[in-house]
Amino acid sequence: MRQSYTIEESQNIADRIRLRVFDHVLKNNGGYLSQACSSAEIFSALYTQIMNLNESAAPMVPEPFVSVPTPDYYRNGADYNGKRTPDSDLFIFSPSHYGLVLYSTLIETGRMSPEGLEQFNTDGSTVELIAAEHSPGCETTTGSLAQGISQAAGMALGRRLKHESGGVWVFMTDGEFAEGQVWEAVMTMANYKMDSMAVIVDVNGQQCDGVMKDVMDQLDLKVKLEAFGALAVEVNGNDLEAIVEASRTERNGKPLFILCKTDPMYKVPVMKERFPKIHTIKFTSGAEEKDMYTRSFEAMKKEVK
Amino acid sequence: MEMVDRPYRDAFLQWSKDKEKVVVLTADLTNSCEVGEWRDTYSKDNRYFSMGMAEQNMMSFAGGLAREGFFPYIHTFAVFIYRRPYDQLAMSIAYPNLPVRMMGFLPGITTPGGVTHQAIDDLAIMRATPNMTIISLAEATETETFLDAVQAVKGPVYVRLVRGSIPRLFDVSERFEFNRARVLSAGDDVTIFSESICTEEVMRTSEVLKAKGVNVRHLHISTIKPFTDPQIVEAIRDSKTGVITVENHLVDGGLGTAVSEIMSQHGMPKKLVKLGLQDTYAHGASKNYLMKHVGIDGMSIVGAVEKMIGRTLSIEESMLKEARIEPVFSASKAEAL
Repeated sequence: MRQSYTIEESQNIADRIRLRVFDHVLKNNGGYLSQACSSAEIFSALYTQIMNLNESAAPMVPEPFVSVPTPDYYRNGADYNGKRTPDSDLFIFSPSHYGLVLYSTLIETGRMSPEGLEQFNTDGSTVELIAAEHSPGCETTTGSLAQGISQAAGMALGRRLKHESGGVWVFMTDGEFAEGQVWEAVMTMANYKMDSMAVIVDVNGQQCDGVMKDVMDQLDLKVKLEAFGALAVEVNGNDLEAIVEASRTERNGKPLFILCKTDPMYKVPVMKERFPKIHTIKFTSGAEEKDMYTRSFEAMKKEVK
Repeated sequence: MEMVDRPYRDAFLQWSKDKEKVVVLTADLTNSCEVGEWRDTYSKDNRYFSMGMAEQNMMSFAGGLAREGFFPYIHTFAVFIYRRPYDQLAMSIAYPNLPVRMMGFLPGITTPGGVTHQAIDDLAIMRATPNMTIISLAEATETETFLDAVQAVKGPVYVRLVRGSIPRLFDVSERFEFNRARVLSAGDDVTIFSESICTEEVMRTSEVLKAKGVNVRHLHISTIKPFTDPQIVEAIRDSKTGVITVENHLVDGGLGTAVSEIMSQHGMPKKLVKLGLQDTYAHGASKNYLMKHVGIDGMSIVGAVEKMIGRTLSIEESMLKEARIEPVFSASKAEAL
């Protein structure tokens, strides 16, 4: 079912995801760059090594926006992740402001055309800044943080009741764990022994206002998750092979959380100049700053295969 | 007047028997929402799921189950459906137009539980929620017969339900009809719209008013959204004086507002008196006390009619109490016969 990639090929894809996002951010004078720095390896690992997905069943160039869901119209972007079969995995993309990273992943894994990204954040397109369920690669609407994990849990229970063998993968960020709903969901997942679910978390220590421990210190997520009855493993989240290995952890009736400790400036060290203001980048301080990033981009481009 | 003990409990238990995709979610209020027996009967079939006191997760979780082809019937107090987890309701259920059925108990002032338990703003909030269908019930025959109509709706449905012993006001042969007002008395002196527990009060009142020579056109409303039955426009147009609405809810955003919107859309400039909670919360007390306190009891309705027709009618509260209420056929059907 799944195209097979070597770890080296998957790493190249991660590098290209990061490079594509960087290119887009430069062309648009800003955007969500640090999210790609931290999570490119996670997205590549999910799409090329971990998830069991069928080939895309969607047009290479996304069709224009028609309508939000009504009793007469519905569009779902999950067909970019392939046709649903009882054994295929589901992907729930929780922090939808990572849209640019997801779309770039679809391009680098051959599920969407590069032209698709030209529609990003343009009027009348589904390739939205903050993705909704009509956006490419999205199964549910999750821009209101922490709702993804609960929706995924409902879907996982539904799949269990239908005796489907496919699993449910959720991508989250550590910032989301400030929402009480996450802990309601973890409690429920443990209670119902939902081991067909795995949550892969970009632990980059950042949130909108800055460094998480300055905004609201969440302390040790691993300890908290284990106390709630889940299985939690920590890995270096910029080490693709380590993520893949962690995804194979024996679950024994528990939902799995892979806490990927990442560097939000990984491979773009120039961002250190503005840390901790890295949630979004805007090139407003003149040509000098942008030149610096352009040089960093050119250097990265030489490295990427 | 016949009182029926827990009609919802038995109706839902029977109705859902052969509907394997109908599942129940509760948040620690299972017996309190009349599905304890349902749990004991269908748990073995993996159809009942206790979600604990965690409503935010429950709403999004129900959305997930609905995406997989199930029909989650959420049972909890109404306030814990639309007030506490509203963002989850809107984003995980209403936006994607999923067939989640929300059974909200303790509507309006039907509970002595006080402000935290009284759903006085649910109609306003749910009417302002796109894709939502809203049903309001407080009568036995409708409570026994509404479930097919709910299941026929493609998207989410919110139902405000009264638990325990409730009156049978409508003949057992007159099943619930979706988006159809029930004309309970004919007349053109004044038109009254009512929902929930207020319908019984209006029925008592209109009997007494008739004896005083005031003919009331009384429409009982159980589908709040959509609100497009042409009988509503006719009833407003035919009234010689004006329109009174009586609701177990705030006067803002509920039945009275829906009627006022129809009046303005159709260019029918008439007086409108809205009875209900007037921009205020309620407190914990008995239903009878609270109905009087917030002005939705029979004497409040009499007062509104007197104002509307411009004369006093010398009606005593004891006269309303003595009014006999028997299960009725709706006036439209009586005419058809």
